[in-house]
Amino acid sequence: MSDDLINIKVNQKEIQVDKNLTVMQACEIAGEEIPRFCYHDKLSIAGNCRMCLVEIEKAPKLVSSCTMPLMEGMSIITNSEKVNAGRKGVMEFLLINHPLDCPICDQGGECDLQDQAMYYGFDKSRYKENKRAVDNKNMGPLVNTIMTRCIHCTRCVRFATEVAGVPELGMLGRGENAEITTYLEQSITSELSGNVIDLCPVGALTSKPYQFKARPWELKRTDSIDIFDSVGSNIRVDSRAEEILRVTPRTNEYINEEWISDKVRFNYDGYYQQRIDTPYIKENQKLSISNWEESLKVLKDKLKTLKPLALIGEHVDLETGYAIKKFMSNYGKDNVECRTDNHAILERLDSYRFNTPLNDIENSDLIILLGTNPKIETPIINHKIFKAYNNDAKVFNIGENISLNYKTEYLGENLSSLNNENLIKALKKSTNPLIIIGSAFLNKIKNIKTLKSIFSYADKYKVITKEKNNLNFLNPYASRVGQLIIGNTTNNLCEPFSNLKKDNFELVLSFGSEHIANEQFNNCFKVYFGHHGDDGAMGSDIVLPTPLYTEKNGTFVNIEGRPQEAKKCHNPIGSAKEEWSILKKLSDELSFDFTPNTFDQLRSELFDKYPILSDYHEIIAVENSTSITPDIEFEDCKAEYPVSNFYMSDVISKNSVTMAKCVEEIISTPSLLEKSA
Amino acid sequence: MSGNHPGLSNNFSRSGEKFSWSKDNLRSIKNIISKYPKGREQSAVMPLLYLAQEQNNNWISIECIETIAETLNMPKIRVTEVASFYSMYNTRPVGENLVQICRTSPCWLRGSNKITKTICKETKCEINDTSDDNKFTVVEVECLGACSNGPMIQINNDFFEDLDEESTKKIIDNIKEGKPNVIGSQKGRRSSENA
Repeated sequence: MSDDLINIKVNQKEIQVDKNLTVMQACEIAGEEIPRFCYHDKLSIAGNCRMCLVEIEKAPKLVSSCTMPLMEGMSIITNSEKVNAGRKGVMEFLLINHPLDCPICDQGGECDLQDQAMYYGFDKSRYKENKRAVDNKNMGPLVNTIMTRCIHCTRCVRFATEVAGVPELGMLGRGENAEITTYLEQSITSELSGNVIDLCPVGALTSKPYQFKARPWELKRTDSIDIFDSVGSNIRVDSRAEEILRVTPRTNEYINEEWISDKVRFNYDGYYQQRIDTPYIKENQKLSISNWEESLKVLKDKLKTLKPLALIGEHVDLETGYAIKKFMSNYGKDNVECRTDNHAILERLDSYRFNTPLNDIENSDLIILLGTNPKIETPIINHKIFKAYNNDAKVFNIGENISLNYKTEYLGENLSSLNNENLIKALKKSTNPLIIIGSAFLNKIKNIKTLKSIFSYADKYKVITKEKNNLNFLNPYASRVGQLIIGNTTNNLCEPFSNLKKDNFELVLSFGSEHIANEQFNNCFKVYFGHHGDDGAMGSDIVLPTPLYTEKNGTFVNIEGRPQEAKKCHNPIGSAKEEWSILKKLSDELSFDFTPNTFDQLRSELFDKYPILSDYHEIIAVENSTSITPDIEFEDCKAEYPVSNFYMSDVISKNSVTMAKCVEEIISTPSLLEKSA
Repeated sequence: MSGNHPGLSNNFSRSGEKFSWSKDNLRSIKNIISKYPKGREQSAVMPLLYLAQEQNNNWISIECIETIAETLNMPKIRVTEVASFYSMYNTRPVGENLVQICRTSPCWLRGSNKITKTICKETKCEINDTSDDNKFTVVEVECLGACSNGPMIQINNDFFEDLDEESTKKIIDNIKEGKPNVIGSQKGRRSSENA
């Protein structure tokens, strides 16, 4: 390793650093902060803002540190008069055409340019000429543009091309006429487009829904996680009083890096639409307002006589899941189901989770997509696949011939396409192949032998070895992996949901699952615990309000098996009560055993029972399954994708006005679907 | 230079007609692309823009950009960036004769202002404008590299040098009447020999 290290000096302090770093990165290691606008860790180096100037001994002029490679013995000075003067000069040029509209700018208070101007800006302008003005550009319903503020760092252009994989942004013209725009001012079609807002170091690209809503110092920050897909991206929820005003990403190098999907970033207006704020009871085929006392009394009576079934929806946290399991165990076994989409599994963790750590996807050289559309199901995973693709990985697709933002080789619509000659040839050559099997197939498997065969197939072609397991199961639901770990499912490995009708349940308790509206429950008494009034609530006999994930604490296990916590930002809307407390009350009245009195007690009981869940942020370790069936045989099943519309895939985003605008302007406008190469 | 200069505008427009390569151009494109390594075909974007402009009445329409992007398998915005960067790719329609008047110091010292005035008067159009009969578009440009023969103008692909008001008027008149013009020095100089 010592070959890779070189000795350099930063402000006379001697340090040893990797020789492949740039001067800027070395200065960071030495603890010197370098101002910058265009440089960003996750993007290619542009070197066009010139703010990061440093002095290097023996170099005649100041050097832009982000583009400068290191050399043995280099002596870097970051705090001299000359450096300061240089940066001041750059800042003066940047400010020449920048409007002084900080008081009405949404970036104000968290603006790189504003902050750095405090250090390097002059107190008054020497520029007497007219400032240039630039027309605002349309970038869609999410990104607001005020292009006069743009300083042409091109971070957004590089993001769109390199990270989002949609080369739709560019810088037109040159010199004073340079302008950032999308191609013909069309909306950005990426599911990650909102991230350009965070990247923009000035107020040129800001959030449209958040426009003029708040100043950063008024907001209360809560660290939480994204529950709108199964990736579990780390988010920061900013709220003021009892309202969430925006959602931004938190950096987590293992999961979402610095990005989040547009769905979680912008659907928060849906949190407050169509909320169930009070209990309802159906009278004369119509839901009418009730109260807790009355509704729980009716429910209690029903629970005494009818055979209950609990359905678990996609946004249910582990503590709630555990409380449901605990409550339902009083009625026997096999009466809780989270696999309401007929998700087929084996009774092992590695048969329903994403076994490759997410940040290892990019190291794969061959990726097979089996019945999954990662672009709209899990945009973060899609970004990782895109990274692998850029590292020359080949991507094969089986299922529907979906359009993605990278090239795939389409093999056919059936699982048996896994035996395609080209694929087998490529698999034999590949050193790190990876299979992602998605819900489109998993939900359709009728014979468990097929699932076992996939394991054997993976074993045969070294997708699973002793060291690594690259056979990945992908579903888009945040609750699924966790609920399966605590065993909230029936014992049918395939078609668990369809098989429920055999058991003649008479009472269905749905915890946020819209599948309660399924016709197989037509003769049951239906109780819906949830926060949004949609099909599920409409058809139910009792509707009980429960808090949203931002209104209570809860643990979620992400798709790779990593428990994480979503934290409470504000009190629940209306008279919503947490599910576990409702179940506790019912248990007490029905004289069932339900010891925990508080949420914390419930959580510690959960962690006592399942100690693997208590280790937040660490992936749960399991042994790799190798060949489990001697012969490989795939049944015929037609892929049916779980998410068809990225912007409206669940009750919350269906109620979001912003998401509705996205559907209208991004999906429904046909000309925008024609991708530029 | 003003933002209205057809080569320096960032606003592209559609011609409304489909643009597909002519047979000759297809042959040249094959030749041009073969000069670059495999996988680096996008490097041919500049010559292709030039060919497209030549074929498309001296301007680059959105249709041209889309055809080039398809030919070279690159994003449309990348082609647009290149086309907008260089002033010699016209982003809006120009007249049959694009008159580019050099206004850089050597030509200006030798009286390019008078030439500009004459041209504007004779073609009946302003700088950066196209005449009503679509015969002329007049633009001012920076140095075209014929300083020793200034003042000079370029009309489409030809240089006209050593101009004065009279010779300029004659050139424009000849174009109007469809008569041939003497290319190069209007004083009979060979290239830039001593006057």
